[in-house]
Amino acid sequence: MDILSLLVFAPLLAIFFILILPHNQSNFYKNITLVSTSIQFLLSLIVINRFDFSYPKIQLVEKFDWITINMQSLGYLSIDYYLGVDGLNLALVVLSTFIFMIGVVASWNVKENAKAYFCLYLLLTASVIGCFLALDLFLFFLFFEFMLLPMYFLIGMWGGPRREYAAIKFFLYTLAGSIFILIAMIGLSISAIEPLETAEQMNLTGETSADLIANVQNQLQLQKIPKKALVHTLDILQLSDKSNYIKGTWLSWDNETVLWGLSARAIVFLLLLIGFLVKVPSFPVHTWLPDAHVEASTPISVILASLLLKTGSYGLLRVAYTILPDQAIEFGWLVATLGVISIIYAAYNALAMNDLKKMIAYSSISHMGFVVLGIAAATAESISGAVFQMVSHGIISAALFLLVGVVYDRTHNRNIDSYRGLASKMPIYTTLTVITFFASLGLPGFSGFIGEVLILLGAFAAHSHNGIISSWFAVGATFGILLSAAYYLWTLQRMFFGKFWVKNGSLWSKKLTDLTFQERIILFPLVFLMILFGLFPHLILNIVSPTCALLADFIINR
Amino acid sequence: MADFAWLIPLLPFIGFLINGLLGKSLPKILVAVIGTGAMVASFLLATLIFFSIPQGETIHLNIHLFDFIQAGTIYIPFDFLIDPLSILMILIITGIGSLIHLYSAGYMKEDEGFYKFFAYLNLFVFFMLLLVLGSNYIIMFIGWEGVGLCSYLLIGFWFKNQDYNNAAKKAFIMNRIGDLGFLMGVFFIFGTFGTFTFDEVFSKASLVTEFNQPIFITICLLLFVGATGKSAQIPLFTWLPDAMAGPTPVSALIHAATMVTAGIYMIARSNILFVLAPTALTVIAIVGVATALFAATIGLAQNDIKKVLAYSTVSQLGYMFLALGVGAFSSALFHVMTHAFFKALLFLGAGSVIHAMHHEQDIRRMGGLAKKLPITHLTFLIGTLAIAGLPGLSGFFSKDEILAKAFETNIIYWVLGVIGAILTAFYMFRVYFLTFHGSFRGTHDQAHHLHESPLTMTLPLIVLAVLSIVGGYFNLAPIFGGNAGLEHFLSPVFAAGQAKIHHTNHLSHSTEYLIMAVSVVAVILSIGLAYFTYISKKSVPVEDGDEINGLHKLVYNKYYVDELYDKVFVQPIMYLSTSIYKFVDIVVIDGLVNSIGKGIYALSGILRQLQSGSIGIYVLMMVLGLISILAFNLIP
Repeated sequence: MDILSLLVFAPLLAIFFILILPHNQSNFYKNITLVSTSIQFLLSLIVINRFDFSYPKIQLVEKFDWITINMQSLGYLSIDYYLGVDGLNLALVVLSTFIFMIGVVASWNVKENAKAYFCLYLLLTASVIGCFLALDLFLFFLFFEFMLLPMYFLIGMWGGPRREYAAIKFFLYTLAGSIFILIAMIGLSISAIEPLETAEQMNLTGETSADLIANVQNQLQLQKIPKKALVHTLDILQLSDKSNYIKGTWLSWDNETVLWGLSARAIVFLLLLIGFLVKVPSFPVHTWLPDAHVEASTPISVILASLLLKTGSYGLLRVAYTILPDQAIEFGWLVATLGVISIIYAAYNALAMNDLKKMIAYSSISHMGFVVLGIAAATAESISGAVFQMVSHGIISAALFLLVGVVYDRTHNRNIDSYRGLASKMPIYTTLTVITFFASLGLPGFSGFIGEVLILLGAFAAHSHNGIISSWFAVGATFGILLSAAYYLWTLQRMFFGKFWVKNGSLWSKKLTDLTFQERIILFPLVFLMILFGLFPHLILNIVSPTCALLADFIINR
Repeated sequence: MADFAWLIPLLPFIGFLINGLLGKSLPKILVAVIGTGAMVASFLLATLIFFSIPQGETIHLNIHLFDFIQAGTIYIPFDFLIDPLSILMILIITGIGSLIHLYSAGYMKEDEGFYKFFAYLNLFVFFMLLLVLGSNYIIMFIGWEGVGLCSYLLIGFWFKNQDYNNAAKKAFIMNRIGDLGFLMGVFFIFGTFGTFTFDEVFSKASLVTEFNQPIFITICLLLFVGATGKSAQIPLFTWLPDAMAGPTPVSALIHAATMVTAGIYMIARSNILFVLAPTALTVIAIVGVATALFAATIGLAQNDIKKVLAYSTVSQLGYMFLALGVGAFSSALFHVMTHAFFKALLFLGAGSVIHAMHHEQDIRRMGGLAKKLPITHLTFLIGTLAIAGLPGLSGFFSKDEILAKAFETNIIYWVLGVIGAILTAFYMFRVYFLTFHGSFRGTHDQAHHLHESPLTMTLPLIVLAVLSIVGGYFNLAPIFGGNAGLEHFLSPVFAAGQAKIHHTNHLSHSTEYLIMAVSVVAVILSIGLAYFTYISKKSVPVEDGDEINGLHKLVYNKYYVDELYDKVFVQPIMYLSTSIYKFVDIVVIDGLVNSIGKGIYALSGILRQLQSGSIGIYVLMMVLGLISILAFNLIP
């Protein structure tokens, strides 16, 4: 078992330990979970250490034949166990291990049904990291779907009063999205082949594997390969190669069949788009998120905002844009439109909120809109910016939801108008909130600025680079920056400034104490990272941008 | 020497870190020493750099610190540019900054947030220095937004008062509107030149020969939108008077001497781009002169000493934009410098008065303070004379230079400028007479406690008073026998731009004397009128509740601009946000989602009937089935 597999499956060992511990040892559950996530974090640092920054393609590959189905006259379907890292996922993997560690500390006070809680939590870590690392579409989909299971229970069992509604809404919404991905996957599975394995079936040999691949692809174009020998694949990298598509199949590049004015490739792209946008989430499929956040407990909100949403935008890049670059160009305008609408629409909604957590949930949608816009523009700068923004938003939104948790833990009330002048009562809490709000509204010096400015610049320049979208999208998106200043500053003014006043007078004012030690040790590192990556963005960009530049090139030259 | 320029912003930043992180447990005196010491050290370093430039030579040095952003085709180094323009700005910022830090040590002595105040002030200076030292538009933008943040924190420094918080929020958001314009302008610059670095952009731009290309007009107007936000010009000026909610040293440093001149610095820095877009320059000149006049009229009717000074700042900034608009870039910076001296002086003087009056700011409650506050009185008088433009004082030279340049371009600018100068003289002397002369109109308690401020506060006043007198001689025009030192010093920065401007009608000396005489006579008459009104006739502005007539009421209420903005922008946005949430999100989208769920549930309710297990229904179905089969068979 190599390091990436270890990274994914280490938590299973921890689950085993938790399961065999008797109930009276329940204090150990969180310790075991913390150790497990810390080990994962260290492993991810080792991955960075082994990562070659100058090589933009997949590295540290782990690939085995996993399932091979003989489909008789249709040939074979070969599914691989395939993990690897490159600039698109490495930073997200490290972010995940870090945030999961933070999440355990934030769950320190979970008492009720702790065994189940921490087991599900560990399952979640395995599936999120697996999802980021998987390079076979089938494996990716497996992890992508498997996330729903622990998340459903984590929201539905440890959440707020309307948790069941929220959990089922979350589950059905994302499941519906996944069905679209599943359909797309089935379509892809019968359209392209894995050349090396096909060569094996045909008993071809060649000097080098490159020769062999060229030979097979050549024969495929000439339709000389018997159907029985075709080895179909779901390997994302093979699916991205135009010469691996079987002539005459629905998804081959030259298929001219048109359904409702759309080619089959366009339909598959749109299916994937809907599936991933639900997870991002983007307007108009976003309404599960505010409900899920409001009902989820603090650590689960942190994981949801910081990591789960990223699997959507990551999937868009890794799957939809990598496999269907031609359609990415065709539908760039649509993706960008949804991104810009999300930015502005969600910001308007955030302005109307009285529930602090709901306000931050909408701001999350707004900031993820920038990621969608960056992906849509598909220039080297904008994709780098999008990945940077994913990491940055991962850090900032984690801090934001932890900060909401601070007041909620003390009073079980999150309404902005229930508090006034918290600054005089909780100075450190206020300071951290002010810093995080400013980081989130994109003030230079914080990581939020770098991501947004790269995305806007990339989107602005897209019309001269690749002509996918017009500059007006970037112009529209900048208004989101203005609105975010409005809702954050207004919240600061209403909740934190002014004379101290709370709804339940003396009862609450006793409870509202400044940050505890446990809250500080998780918030300080996050704040530190916002500033660190804001001042030295190359720490992330060095990992991210070579691969993003490659992807942007690939999309233009499709 | 200039290689150490990176220390200049670093020192205040270290001051910020020490005071911000540890200040709570440090004694106030140490906090003040650290904060002020960092500033003085920066100032000394800046002076050393200035004097290390050999006589008759210029300086143009790029200091590379580290690579900031590198992605795709974007490369943004974190570099500083040391040239005459940035040296002038860092001298002003660190010099005035040192004095104001010292002053704050006295002014804020009683405040519980003392350490926080010094930390914010140091942080502000750090960002301001970043703004003027950055060698590309992105570093400039970091400083640009950073000073906005500090301005926000300092305006709302006394956060328990919600009016102050409103002012802070308004300042930040209005600035952000401008910032978006700036950012878009920067995007267009990148789109056109493929770089953000000043040197590369400007050298590419200087090769352009065609004037008024649409792209240049677009860039310049967008950058100017940024400038109107930061430098409080029409239409984004209303935040500055409200910003007076902050402690007075803040008003002096940020809202008079330094931050608000950032827009002028930015345009002067990009002068070559603006020269290529004469239309944009015309817009700037018109907005500048309009603001100068508009704000001056509002200043006539305000009763809060700091509000009057705030409107006068808006008005003076308008003069600077007028100078930029007529292509007199060095005159604009000359006025930036002299204005920094006398306006900082006036604000600090006002602060000294407010300090003595126990936080009373209404000039209707003052009067006759000259005897009790002799140093404050004398220095305030010098500041007032300087801003009014009395010959020999700094304001005279810089304002007159602008008016002369305006006269060359278009006589209407000059006429409006002179009217503005007349109004300025009147409202400034109105404040001066009402505050320091006549009889005391405050409470008995206040009269009892009137006292001159401590040395930490009066010393900066004296230094600034001296500078307000001699400041003009740094750039004495040839007409007065000077050698225009500042203009000469700055000329390398503006050389490329000036080469493209065609000066047609140079003024003869006699014309220049004549227009100077006109404005001096007008100003003196205006001072006389103020004397007649407030000393001879002893009139005092009416109380808030009293009836005032139409025009006075309009001016007193600042032309209702705030109310207009509230009705046209703020309220519709709030209304829109609530209705979007309540209608689109809840009713339309979630309604659809929930009705899909309910629809499936209802449908399954119907289908479930088929599997109910009730024999009666099965029999009924069977009968119905048989009947229909028979019926179908009977019909041919």
